[in-house]
Amino acid sequence: MNSVTGGLSRRLYGPRGWAILALCGIAIFVVMPLLNLAVPAESPFHVSAYWVTLFGKIMCYAIVAVALDLVWGYAGILSLGHGLFFALGGYAFGMYLMRQIGSDGQYRQPMPDFMVFLDWKEFPWQWWNSDSFWWCAMLVIVVPGLLAFVFGYFAFRSRVKGVYLSIITQALTFAAMLLFFRNATGFGGNNGFTDFRRILDIPIATPQTRMALFAFTGATLIATLLLARWLTTSRFGRVLAAIRDAEQRVMFCGYDTVHYKLFVWTLSAVICGIAGALYVPQVGIINPGEMSPANSIEIAIWVAVGGRGTLIGPILGAGLVNGAKSFFTQAFPEYWLYALGLIFILVTLFLPQGVMGLLKKKQ
Amino acid sequence: MKGPPLAAPSYMRTLLFGLWLAASSAFALDAATIDKLAFGDGDEKIAAIAALVAEGDPAAAALLQAAADGELQTSGKRVLIVKGEEGVDAATGAKVSPLPADREDVILNNRVRRELGGAVAALKLISPDSAARLAAAKELSGNADAAMLPLIKKALARETDTEVKQLLELTQATLELKTGTRESRLGAVRTLGLSTNPNTKMLLLGLLEKSKEGSFTEPDEDIRIEAQKSLRALEGRLAWGERAGVLFTSVSLGSILLLAALGLAITYGLMGVINMAHGELIMVGAYTTYVVQNLFRRTAFFDWYPLAAVPAAFLVAALVGMALERLVIRWLYGRPLETLLATWGISLMLIQTVRTIFGAANVQVENPSFMSGGIELFTGVVMPWSRIYIIAFAAFVLFLMYVLLNKTRLGLYVRGVTQNREMASCVGVPTARVDTWAFGLGSGIAGLAGCALSQIDNVGPNLGQSYIVDSFMVVVLGGVGQLAGTVYAALGLGFANKLLEAWQGAVLAKIAVLVFIIFFIQKRPQGMFALKGRALDS
Amino acid sequence: MKRRIFIKQLAMSAAVAAIGFGSSSLYAQGKTIKVGVLHSLSGTMAISETVLKDVTLMAIEDINAKGGVLGMKLEAVVVDPASNWPLFAEKARQLLTQDKVAVTFGCWTSVSRKSVLPVFEELNGLLFYPVQYEGEELSKNVFYTGAAPNQQAIPAVEYLMSKEGGAAKRWVLLGTDYVYPRTTNKILRAFLKSKGVADKDIDEKYTPFGHSDYQTIVADVKKFAAGGKTAVVSTINGDSNVPFYKELGNQGLKATDVPVVAFSVGEEELRGVDTKPLVGHLAAWNYFMSIKDPTNDAWKKQWAAYAKKKKLAGADKPLTNDPMEAAWIGIHMWKQAVEKAKSTDTDKVIAAMGGQTFKAPSGITSTMDPKNHHLHKAVFIGEVQANGQFNVVWKTKGPVKAQPWSPFIAGNDKKKDEPDGKTIITK
Repeated sequence: MNSVTGGLSRRLYGPRGWAILALCGIAIFVVMPLLNLAVPAESPFHVSAYWVTLFGKIMCYAIVAVALDLVWGYAGILSLGHGLFFALGGYAFGMYLMRQIGSDGQYRQPMPDFMVFLDWKEFPWQWWNSDSFWWCAMLVIVVPGLLAFVFGYFAFRSRVKGVYLSIITQALTFAAMLLFFRNATGFGGNNGFTDFRRILDIPIATPQTRMALFAFTGATLIATLLLARWLTTSRFGRVLAAIRDAEQRVMFCGYDTVHYKLFVWTLSAVICGIAGALYVPQVGIINPGEMSPANSIEIAIWVAVGGRGTLIGPILGAGLVNGAKSFFTQAFPEYWLYALGLIFILVTLFLPQGVMGLLKKKQ
Repeated sequence: MKGPPLAAPSYMRTLLFGLWLAASSAFALDAATIDKLAFGDGDEKIAAIAALVAEGDPAAAALLQAAADGELQTSGKRVLIVKGEEGVDAATGAKVSPLPADREDVILNNRVRRELGGAVAALKLISPDSAARLAAAKELSGNADAAMLPLIKKALARETDTEVKQLLELTQATLELKTGTRESRLGAVRTLGLSTNPNTKMLLLGLLEKSKEGSFTEPDEDIRIEAQKSLRALEGRLAWGERAGVLFTSVSLGSILLLAALGLAITYGLMGVINMAHGELIMVGAYTTYVVQNLFRRTAFFDWYPLAAVPAAFLVAALVGMALERLVIRWLYGRPLETLLATWGISLMLIQTVRTIFGAANVQVENPSFMSGGIELFTGVVMPWSRIYIIAFAAFVLFLMYVLLNKTRLGLYVRGVTQNREMASCVGVPTARVDTWAFGLGSGIAGLAGCALSQIDNVGPNLGQSYIVDSFMVVVLGGVGQLAGTVYAALGLGFANKLLEAWQGAVLAKIAVLVFIIFFIQKRPQGMFALKGRALDS
Repeated sequence: MKRRIFIKQLAMSAAVAAIGFGSSSLYAQGKTIKVGVLHSLSGTMAISETVLKDVTLMAIEDINAKGGVLGMKLEAVVVDPASNWPLFAEKARQLLTQDKVAVTFGCWTSVSRKSVLPVFEELNGLLFYPVQYEGEELSKNVFYTGAAPNQQAIPAVEYLMSKEGGAAKRWVLLGTDYVYPRTTNKILRAFLKSKGVADKDIDEKYTPFGHSDYQTIVADVKKFAAGGKTAVVSTINGDSNVPFYKELGNQGLKATDVPVVAFSVGEEELRGVDTKPLVGHLAAWNYFMSIKDPTNDAWKKQWAAYAKKKKLAGADKPLTNDPMEAAWIGIHMWKQAVEKAKSTDTDKVIAAMGGQTFKAPSGITSTMDPKNHHLHKAVFIGEVQANGQFNVVWKTKGPVKAQPWSPFIAGNDKKKDEPDGKTIITK
């Protein structure tokens, strides 16, 4: 019960929870680097770069899932446009990576390839200072955050909620996708950003860099989880849950629900942006397809499959669904969409609490 | 203009062919010319065509018509005219039977075809059939050269039909502008002022051009003044044409949006369910149309297939929708966000099912012949028939919906449940059954939308995805509970899109419209025409 | 809580097992040579790319029936990147590191090729790219069996400028908004300028992938055409072509008035269109199904039989097109190179590819240039017929050597006519 009083003495997890977290930490920071870097390539225990980047990608998705769980599971805001913040973070960092290519691109010019074939002689305004790592890192946080803040301010103030809110988040990400598909917008159009060479002047395609990115992503995931856990077990989190369940009453109790919702909404967007920035160097490409409405709806299903309102559940959900996707598109590509569709239907009909709910029930 | 002007009506062709056969015994065309037409290169072919036009006799006309229709074939050194299973030697007119197996088509390219078009039209100017003369005059108005002037003058002298006369006068004026005397040129410029052809504008502009040194290329000042006057009149007329064009495309887009969104408005208004599989129901309707079209393809009544496709599309989509409602959506009553996700899952499965059955590639839905081509408005603005029919169809469906919702018992129930579900249930309305029927209705309308879309857009597994966002926008903008909202929203979005497109291009227009809707919803979350409920949370 | 630990343990062991399974595929590779097939089988590009997968599989079956390569059978590894460019990169990496394929046949859009290029260069893989493209690229790890701009776009424009082609004076460059149309139009603009065409006589327009409402654009083309004899150069890609051509037909824009030449429309793309109003519009390729040649007839028959046997979609009306022919040539030349090099090692095969020849269905003997990784191809210009086939109205006298670095782009005169051979990792 000391979680109600808040403060640093509050326990985020019990001893079992911390043990599991430690195990995961060991897996990420010790086991994987060993199997990838130390174990020779011919050994059956060697983990190839393919797996490192695949797990890294899934961890980025897991971060996004936790971020969506914050707004959906705890504040009751179903956003079907969270992919937009993810992609914006990716593009912000992508700009830096494109500048780092220098003159090593296909056309051997100091400007990114897509600007060369568009015949542009100078950088568009949004690329100002994009060769600075810290500037772009700042953009990763500020751009999704600012967009979320402005959008959320107007939306929550007008009390738009429920299905209408979900639909206009769809509209937002769809409009952004159309905008970014235009070559004239200055983000590479349909080609997107690709062909990265270096990050902080360190070559990007080496096993060491990959492992570093992987470890960094793992650390971010754990940090996000802990932050979210801290937030939701605090007094703030209780008010948030109350808003989710009965917003009118919370308003009548005197709380300004807009501030609460806006805060968690903006925080969630910033977390997504960071996940996007980690995603791009590992996957090696970003293109406006990441902003497609379908992507954002898939994020919602990760959270639903895992169990919303649990924070761990979405991580599980992201892993399960993306693992299934990688497996199916390789083994039975014609059946993947059936499987995914069924997952949507069965989870919403029979597993409203997701996999975590299933686990809890079994106890 | 329906169909290509090169093809004469069939009785005309048989007439010419008969003439040809009759004339063949009397004399034969110059074999060398025919050889050049069949075997020569581009320049030789064109010279041959000019020679045949100069001869001006019915045999030459028939030969040129056959060439334009693609009936000219060669076999070894011989040139044949082949209609179906019958063939005659082009030079002698003698019947050739049996047809040699190694026949090859005479290859025409665009340039030759253009000359042929002009030649055939020139020869047809003197035909007794006014429709043929009209087609010929239209063809020549875009395609005449100075050599045809005497022919046109002759035809004009005998012309009695006013429409044909107008066209011929314009063509004559265009030609005389370059070659005639001062008087005739002045007259020509004045006549051109009455034109509705955008090409004329360039001609008149050419008269007012200044050379690099600053002097006018046209030395005669009177002609320049007349040209200025005519140009202004012409530009005014063209501007009206453009406005009409924008109006038409807006209404066309609006009608499509209306069809796509109407079903969604009904189900959302009724059950508060945003059906993400709505796009796929549209797709189901489109594929049903495809299947019906294939069934009709083997029969002689191909052009009638839309009559069967419309009810078929409605029924199939309605059945699929009702099945969805019974199997999935009903269990998620009161949980709109989960319904949204579940219906998205259904949409994925529907897409993959269609892909498995019909293949990932787009399938071909051919327009019936009455839907090809279009009405040409006065200034070259064309209103395609397919879009006109879709506008009419949308209006018809709207009317049917109005009647259904306001004059039938089911409509009464639907309206009641939309306004206040609990109350309606209390007074004895079978809400569960109404749900199923209304969902079926909404899905059926989506099927109708698919049927309409199949005529103007690709039919493929991803058809629904392109229309789902637009449908949502219409519903969200227009509000639910009243048909008027959907209509105004659809038309409004159609106009907004097309106006902005003319200004900034299609993509920016769409983005602007989306952003506008996002802001509009902040101001008025329930849409333009919303039912005012008494519950605080509505 | 015990369950939670159990689940996590299960997941961990599953992961380890998967790793083990993945690397055990190393040992399975004894008797076959693995060949990767990287084409979209779903999404917007599926309508074009699915047949390439099928024709590659047919070639593999054909080669295996004739004894395989170096005494070993070819084994196809087919993956579906679903028209999703990041997925292309991921699948390419999977093919090279997990499946350890000796060669990959794949990609269609230039975007997909540019996404996988870094992967192939990093892992020193081999890619055969069978589709016409915009040039401005020359990678040591790729063999381009499709046309470069000087083997397709430039001859087409030259034809339209000529008296025979209609003597066009004004040009509308209409394309889908991505690298291939942008670059091709850049080259064409420079070419037109070099022929004396003024800027006001060139109109460049772009629409996004999947765009379907061409009313306004066709109306604009009509207006533009009022200013002089106009030709439209279309680099519209994918299924946008169908609504574009339908709109052209409906608005009555005939080929005799404003001819439209397309570079991405072949027999397969016309399958979904009513071609009667489109008679006379053009396409430029290095192969048409209607070419009269015994090699072509044999190949078409083989394809028809294969499609029927495998019950492929569209087998009732089997069509062959240029990218299929390019894929066919590519895989056979690869086989010949492997046999010459007596190994499937990438660098040895690359060295043995130069100078390979193959009797192509287009009727000419295709030659792989000794240095620049492109084929010498003949150019054909065809007009659409009412039955959906193309009538060849013009062709080059013999094969044309490719110029991947177009001479019409500034700075290209400094580029070498062979790939750099440098690896991707530079300081």
